[in-house]
Amino acid sequence: MATTATKSKPVPWRAVDIVQLVLGVIVVVVSALIMWAALMYARPASNLAGDEQLAQRIFYIHMGCNIGALAGFLVSMIGSIIYLVTRKLDWDRVAQASIEAGLVFGLGTVVTGMFWAKPTWNTYWTWDPRLTTSTITVLVYIAYLLLRNGIDNRNSRARYGSIYAILAFLSVPLTFFSARWFRSIHPVVFGNENPDAQGGFDILGGSMQQTLTVSLIGFCVLFSVLVIMRWRQLRMEDDLAELREDLA
Amino acid sequence: MRSEVSVPLPPVSMRTGGGLGAFLRKVWAVAEKDLRAELRGREVFSTMTVFSALAVIIFGMAFDLRVPKAEMVAPGVLWVIILFAGVLGLNRSFGAEMDRGTLPALLLAPMDRSAIYFGKVIANLFFTLGAAAVILIVMFFIFDVDLLQPLILLAAALGTLGYVSVGTIFAALTASVRARESLLPILLLPVMVPVFMAGVALTAGILDGKSFDDVRTWLGMLVAFDLIFLVVAYLLFDLILEEV
Amino acid sequence: MADQLIVVSGVQKRYGRKRVLSGVELTVEQGCVMALLGANGAGKSTLMRIISGLAKPDRGDVVLGGISLRQTGHELRRYIGLVTHAPLLYDNLNAWENLLFFARLYDIQEPEPRIEAVLHAVDLWPRRRDPVRTFSRGMIQRLAIARAILHEPPVLLLDEPDTGLDPLSAEMLASLIRSMGAANRAILLTTHNLERARLWADSVSLLKDGKIAFCAPAANLKEGDLRRLVLETDGDE
Repeated sequence: MATTATKSKPVPWRAVDIVQLVLGVIVVVVSALIMWAALMYARPASNLAGDEQLAQRIFYIHMGCNIGALAGFLVSMIGSIIYLVTRKLDWDRVAQASIEAGLVFGLGTVVTGMFWAKPTWNTYWTWDPRLTTSTITVLVYIAYLLLRNGIDNRNSRARYGSIYAILAFLSVPLTFFSARWFRSIHPVVFGNENPDAQGGFDILGGSMQQTLTVSLIGFCVLFSVLVIMRWRQLRMEDDLAELREDLA
Repeated sequence: MRSEVSVPLPPVSMRTGGGLGAFLRKVWAVAEKDLRAELRGREVFSTMTVFSALAVIIFGMAFDLRVPKAEMVAPGVLWVIILFAGVLGLNRSFGAEMDRGTLPALLLAPMDRSAIYFGKVIANLFFTLGAAAVILIVMFFIFDVDLLQPLILLAAALGTLGYVSVGTIFAALTASVRARESLLPILLLPVMVPVFMAGVALTAGILDGKSFDDVRTWLGMLVAFDLIFLVVAYLLFDLILEEV
Repeated sequence: MADQLIVVSGVQKRYGRKRVLSGVELTVEQGCVMALLGANGAGKSTLMRIISGLAKPDRGDVVLGGISLRQTGHELRRYIGLVTHAPLLYDNLNAWENLLFFARLYDIQEPEPRIEAVLHAVDLWPRRRDPVRTFSRGMIQRLAIARAILHEPPVLLLDEPDTGLDPLSAEMLASLIRSMGAANRAILLTTHNLERARLWADSVSLLKDGKIAFCAPAANLKEGDLRRLVLETDGDE
């Protein structure tokens, strides 16, 4: 196919590109805010000392990742259900994007949990309900992505992915309850005291509370931006694939 | 050999409509066909049972001399082997239909597609319960642990039912996907964690001498899992075979 | 005027961006055998799958015996018989068991006499207890046809049923088709063999570029006519 050589012109900016840029700037600012608050603003826990006291600051990132993973879970469930009802691929893209973002945050939850666990409980791993559920959820996400990887037909990929997502996510609350009925040494920062919990810290006066709030909101923003950007990317990938087929 | 069709074909009478009775008959027809085909071919059940026995033996060797009391590891070993042996059978339930191209034949029949699902659940249940029985018996000897108690058997049956209900629909999902044999366990095992935990906790509880009341919650979890997933799988199954 | 048993109107189907069928219009009347021709990849099998209900069209509709495929549940499948070049039979079971299984799926009352008669009709009665695994290609195809006519469907769809058949089996297939057509069924068959199309069918149509490019009674066509027509419409390739 003959093309005439032209001097390449810069691609004009569209409204959605500007929005994305603004969101990106917001994310950078928010992330910096979270890090400052967690590392410097929050006062150290009064009942802990030394390494444990420093490690406690991971809590803010850990909880942030947690909420990101939870958001990934919920949004992808909703996206999958809506896709199966409406069969509009955009919802499938939302589901996939949230699962990918959820995967990142889920891994973050597990890893930050491990970094916190070692100085606090002197072990990297425990089988407490929250950690177990996070880990299993991460495995479900990976399985979802592997499943999609093996399907060439676009609509089948969306359909099968959604079906798997719905079934797998139904099992996650059951996993949580099952794990909970075993003993847990995860400190229960909110809610009923678990007599076996170790390493809890006196909550959550002033600066800690504020830092936590900043972290939770900040991670939600981070999650949303990631999903939006990834969703755009998936859209373009699909368009590209169709164009390739046309020209083949 | 005749070249003209001169045999008059007797008129056919099909019962239309039919409701629940007809549905159940078809479920059973599918189940019986799978069981009969397996009886003839003997491809899968033998591998499942031999694998089960082998796995028990290997675990037995692995823990020999390291574990003071076999009761400590027996519950975990039991359920791990059930999970892995089960996958072997599940792959076959839709794998063979895909490979031999017989799936459209089932889809052409005038029946709710969920009849295919329930029929295969029943067939898979037979195979997996058979494997579970082999595991329990071999463990009884190799681990010298009395696993053949009523509540443990009940837990094994309920757990297998939950396993097979989810496994059959996942088998249908992966039947047309590349690398389906390795993908099925990856999809299945994280979702089976509640059943696994409930099974292990219940088996351990019974071996430790706990009463029925103590393990009630685990039994409840198994029943809840089975009900939830049988219903949801039934609802979603149609969507899988929409286009083949 | 005979009933129009198969009516395909405006059927479109895309796989990805590729438009396989773009507005197919086709009618087969009761008692009529139509042969559908087309190059490889023209979409004949796709069309057969849509008519049999195995696939859904993006647009358009298929009406069988006055009932639209879109509107019914699974009951309409009772009236369709399909033969594809995949045999749709279970290797490990024998001929009798295969037919009994399908008889059960179709709710056939007292299936044994019917199965026996059908096996005789395709001349497989002596081999009824042999596993399908041991059958030749011709025998498998005959059993597949037996399965398709077991429930006496008014609509019979045959997707390249004669591929790989030995001449004797092909002759048996021809006579089966003739008798089914005489028994007031509507038969749609696809084939690559132009001569067979002309001899076996009452009318012939051609699928090209996702549409029916040509449709005429077979009687009007002489030997060589078909070849010319197919080549002509293929001429711009």
